[in-house]
Amino acid sequence: MAEILPGQAYGFFTDTSVCIGCKACEVACKQWNMLSGNEPSFIDGFDNTGQLDSQNWRYVQMIDNVPDVTLGTGQGKAWLMMSDVCKHCQHASCMDVCPTGAIIRTEFDTVFIQPDVCNGCRNCISACPYSVIGIDEERNVARKCTLCYDRLQGGMEPACAKACPTQSIQFGPLDELQQRADKRLADLHSQGVAEANLYGRDEEVYGGLNAFFLLMDKPEAYRLPNTANATLPGRNNAGGWLTGAVTAVLGVLAGLIALRRRQVSPQEPPPQEGSPTAEAGER
Amino acid sequence: MILLAEAQHFVRPPEWTWYIVPYFFLAGLAGGSYFIATLLRLWGEPSDEPAARVGYYAAFLTFLPCPILLTLDLTQPLRFWHMLWNTTPGSEGLNFKSGSPMSVGSWALVAFGLFATVSFLEVLVRDQKIRRPLAGRAVRLLDGTAGRLWIAVGAVLGLFIAGYTGVLLAVSNQPVWSDTWALGGLFLASGLAGSAALLLLRVRYRADARASAGMLELSERLFTLLELALLVVFVLTLIPAGALDDAFGFPWILLWLVAFAGMVPGLRGLVTSRLAVTADGAVVAQPLLTSVSAPGLVLIGVLALRAAVILSAQL
Repeated sequence: MAEILPGQAYGFFTDTSVCIGCKACEVACKQWNMLSGNEPSFIDGFDNTGQLDSQNWRYVQMIDNVPDVTLGTGQGKAWLMMSDVCKHCQHASCMDVCPTGAIIRTEFDTVFIQPDVCNGCRNCISACPYSVIGIDEERNVARKCTLCYDRLQGGMEPACAKACPTQSIQFGPLDELQQRADKRLADLHSQGVAEANLYGRDEEVYGGLNAFFLLMDKPEAYRLPNTANATLPGRNNAGGWLTGAVTAVLGVLAGLIALRRRQVSPQEPPPQEGSPTAEAGER
Repeated sequence: MILLAEAQHFVRPPEWTWYIVPYFFLAGLAGGSYFIATLLRLWGEPSDEPAARVGYYAAFLTFLPCPILLTLDLTQPLRFWHMLWNTTPGSEGLNFKSGSPMSVGSWALVAFGLFATVSFLEVLVRDQKIRRPLAGRAVRLLDGTAGRLWIAVGAVLGLFIAGYTGVLLAVSNQPVWSDTWALGGLFLASGLAGSAALLLLRVRYRADARASAGMLELSERLFTLLELALLVVFVLTLIPAGALDDAFGFPWILLWLVAFAGMVPGLRGLVTSRLAVTADGAVVAQPLLTSVSAPGLVLIGVLALRAAVILSAQL
């Protein structure tokens, strides 16, 4: 592995076609980042993690596609396995809405939540389209994958990539990873694996993901929004403010109409000319 | 015809719940009350001034719990000031993000708090609840144009804080909230209707303010009509996203029924007064000063509307 230099964009290329679901990435991540372990549980099939959250920064999705009827020799598609992680989006929804400036882009072009700046408003959680961020109940701040910011600063690759035995998780400079992914996709397509596709390699999904994927099914199958649905929360700013402003204008009009058209009760003196505030001042 | 696929949401709810529902309710009432008070003072008759004062009292008192509720909702309450001041090493300075309604709203809330407090103190002095020569002199600064400008700016901020909460929800990737752009307008309209109802309740306790009851009654009806229009827009925007069931399914439909019930007094008043147009075209507004139930129902409806929107997307 070449030297890790600040100022260069780094990321993950997670190739799900070679993931064997061993969860070494989850364990390595928990050990390095000192995240609490999970209670033993059997959620569904081989999945006993359940979700990405404040204590799970890598999560091996086990998607059961075993058909009800016996088929001939397949292409290993009965289970889809995918080590999910924070995508470190180029256009990051969490970063857009964070009011405190706690979420920053680091010198390695990754997205990092500063634990001493975050005040736990949870706006990032409402924005993240991948359900990555959770509130750490001990530290009371929002936490997620840091792309091993501390390891990168020490010149080491992230723990999950280091531990992955099949090179499903590859770490490196983003442009290098993208070239590798393109070659892998071309190889798979030439082998007749037409369903293989890259997710987040291009700008179509949140301006490109620093942690992008090679998938063996539609993005939706992995609970990833497809290109049409990968939209930033800011899309509703213009429409929301405009509707509010139009409503405000109509509200002013309604108030003025109410002032004009109310029935004046008989015991009241007739309307007088002059400024009400000036009157008020004299009272 | 374009058939739209249902919007995909793979998100985690932010768990904005029991502090946020009352905050959204009170922010709507505080901003709306300040706005109506300013309407009464700037464009009303001199006889509307007592009701305007009722409005400024209501605006301050409903505003007061807001910062407390918001602070308690943070998982790090003592860092509430991080909303305004960036503590990132090397980037220390004021925080302001125009694209984040929470950031804009934090500043608007600080500014509105200033205006609501000053106007509250002003009416305390004018009502002679505070009798200090110095206070009297200070209030005289707010006579004339300066005072009018002050309350006009405060009213704009009031409209802002009554409505921005809806935009804040929409600027997310949550189901229901982010599937519509109508929430800002909807919350503003319902906040205005609720504020008119609140003031209608309050003017009962101040004899000289009752002259404005007709205006409050009629404005409550018109604000409710506006709210109904925005509710229709809200529903229409949810249909293509396939989010209607999320927003209106059981048990949320119960909250929506309460919200609709809160719109009945206004809409019924509108229909019956339409039937009572007099020869000179004036709409006869009959202030229901004897009734607590109608404005009370409106207020409960305003709360239920916010609870339905906030909770249905999350629980």
